[in-house]
Amino acid sequence: MTPVADGGPPAAGATRTAVGPSAAGGNRPRSLQDATDESAFPDREHYRELVGRYRDAGFETCADLCAVDYLTHPGRHLPEGVRPERFEVVVNLLSLSQARRVRVRLQVPEPDPVAPSLFSVYPGVEAMEREAFDLFGVVFDGHPDMTRILMPEDWEGHPLRKDYGVGRIPVQFKEAPGPR
Amino acid sequence: MTPADTDTDADAGTRSTSGAHAARPDAEPPAAPPTEEDGAHEAAAESAEFVAETSEGGQELATRRGTDADELRREVGAVLRLPEGVAVDPSDIDVERSDDETMIINMGPQHPSTHGVLRLMFELDGETVLRTKPVIGYLHTGMEKTGEELTYVQGATNVTRMDYLSPLSNELVFSMAAEALLGVELPARAEWIRMLMVELNRVSSHLMWLATNGMDLGSTSMMIYGFREREMILGFFEKTTGLRMNHNYIRPGGVAADLPDGWEDDVEVICDTVLPRCDEYDELLTGQPVFRRRTEGVGAISAEEALALSLTGPILRSTGVPWDLRRSMPYLCYDEVDFDVIVGTFGDNFDRYSIRLNEIRESIRIIRQVLEKMPAGDYRVQDKKVTPPPRVRIDESMEALIHHFKVFTEGFKVPEGEVYVATESPRGELGCYLVSDGTPKPYRMHIRAPSFVNLQAVPLMMRGGLIADAVAVISSVDPVMGEVDR
Repeated sequence: MTPVADGGPPAAGATRTAVGPSAAGGNRPRSLQDATDESAFPDREHYRELVGRYRDAGFETCADLCAVDYLTHPGRHLPEGVRPERFEVVVNLLSLSQARRVRVRLQVPEPDPVAPSLFSVYPGVEAMEREAFDLFGVVFDGHPDMTRILMPEDWEGHPLRKDYGVGRIPVQFKEAPGPR
Repeated sequence: MTPADTDTDADAGTRSTSGAHAARPDAEPPAAPPTEEDGAHEAAAESAEFVAETSEGGQELATRRGTDADELRREVGAVLRLPEGVAVDPSDIDVERSDDETMIINMGPQHPSTHGVLRLMFELDGETVLRTKPVIGYLHTGMEKTGEELTYVQGATNVTRMDYLSPLSNELVFSMAAEALLGVELPARAEWIRMLMVELNRVSSHLMWLATNGMDLGSTSMMIYGFREREMILGFFEKTTGLRMNHNYIRPGGVAADLPDGWEDDVEVICDTVLPRCDEYDELLTGQPVFRRRTEGVGAISAEEALALSLTGPILRSTGVPWDLRRSMPYLCYDEVDFDVIVGTFGDNFDRYSIRLNEIRESIRIIRQVLEKMPAGDYRVQDKKVTPPPRVRIDESMEALIHHFKVFTEGFKVPEGEVYVATESPRGELGCYLVSDGTPKPYRMHIRAPSFVNLQAVPLMMRGGLIADAVAVISSVDPVMGEVDR
């Protein structure tokens, strides 16, 4: 359960760690070795500090950052002591020297959807944090340019939220009255 | 090219609107001469309307005066040196520079050299690029949202349209993520078929890159040659999958169909044709002085910068970092084949060119080994939960028909959990973060698109370079806008 074997980032404050995806079975297929990531669950105060320690422990690059909206799936599996919130910011760090991945999952509550920006630790998250802001409305505190990136600037709402409707064009059948 | 007197947003809006307002009375003379107050009021209303309709506000490159120091430092790429503990060169962050000396010009989204709908805004001092800002999102179609509405069976049809130059890589990473959650183990032949197809796709994608890069640098013959060879591979894809692009061939649980009869001969012909043609490209481009001068030393970045910016793929390898997921974190059967990871030294356009050219050769080496080692067996997993029954069974058995119907309408349930799977696409690390809530549809499907992340390097590569090299730099990053915007 220790996050890093070589005396790397210990669990800081309220950080909880877990190993592997919860669906992982005993006999893992060989082609899916990548899936054996360990996860850390920091709280917001210790999030940037923990990620900084991971970087110092040899995780040179931040492979991915995305957000998830757990509005309609509240009962997900989380380690004890982690309070599930509506939003989750998922950071996938990659260590080239150790060929290892680690996942940091930050719970972000709905009334105050603010997460500390990792820009000062990994400048490469610039576009990814903007994307998470654009599509989920999670504001990253400390990001130099917190603007929309994929949607138009004057767009209303954050489309990947679960309560944002899916637009669709109604299928026109022969008998149905057409628009004209 | 417009001079840089397009000031702050408010100024620009009023000025251009008042210009439009001034032009209007010529076209249709007003019925009654408006009083001065009316005119002013009208102009204000018009200006508000104008801004609302056309402005993209903060996504654009703002003037120096309208940009704060942090943002400016980021736009010139100076922040990247901070984590390395190297002091920032003060001349990099020239906040005091007068706006009169520079101009901001716009390139794209409708520009033939932006590989789709990439839009770049440059701040220029004469011919030198000071700042660059990529503006993206013109091809955003909400594929991640769509993915939440499709079952795992249908999902591959969605993701295959992201990186349309290497559709099979997208299908592969999505299928691998779904299989990781399902916990199914594929038969060996399915994995080797996947490897064959993905490597062929890498060759076709790099050929396409060579073609467009040649055209961007003025070599139209290279474009025609690149497309010619790529067509052979697409022909094989059509024979195998039924489609030239957007195959939906690699699916959770295996591949859609076995390889066609005589596939060995087709693949052999492709290998025997493309490999000697690589030497022809060498002759055509590598040794050519014009080509070398336009690529050597242009758009150079260092390994530290590449890692800080999360760059992957040929761009990262061009800086000398031997990072290839096929070698470092093997998936499929890449640990059973012999190939070299091509690494550059200077991180410039020429290194990126030579890496891609040599990766074609390495891919062909892998393909030849796949030809030798292709095992017999099933091309998809025989797991009743995931796999529909074979076509013949449907005619004989009612249960098989129902089973078939259920798999394709309802899909299969995937256990709860989340997984991140990464593969090496021709453009870099293509990852898929999949969250399942136990239903037949993904709860969240996030694709870590290499082009999207790699595009962050453009401002850094452009800085201090010439505007004429902008096209070469965009091309060497190899962005596929379908993947950038998803």
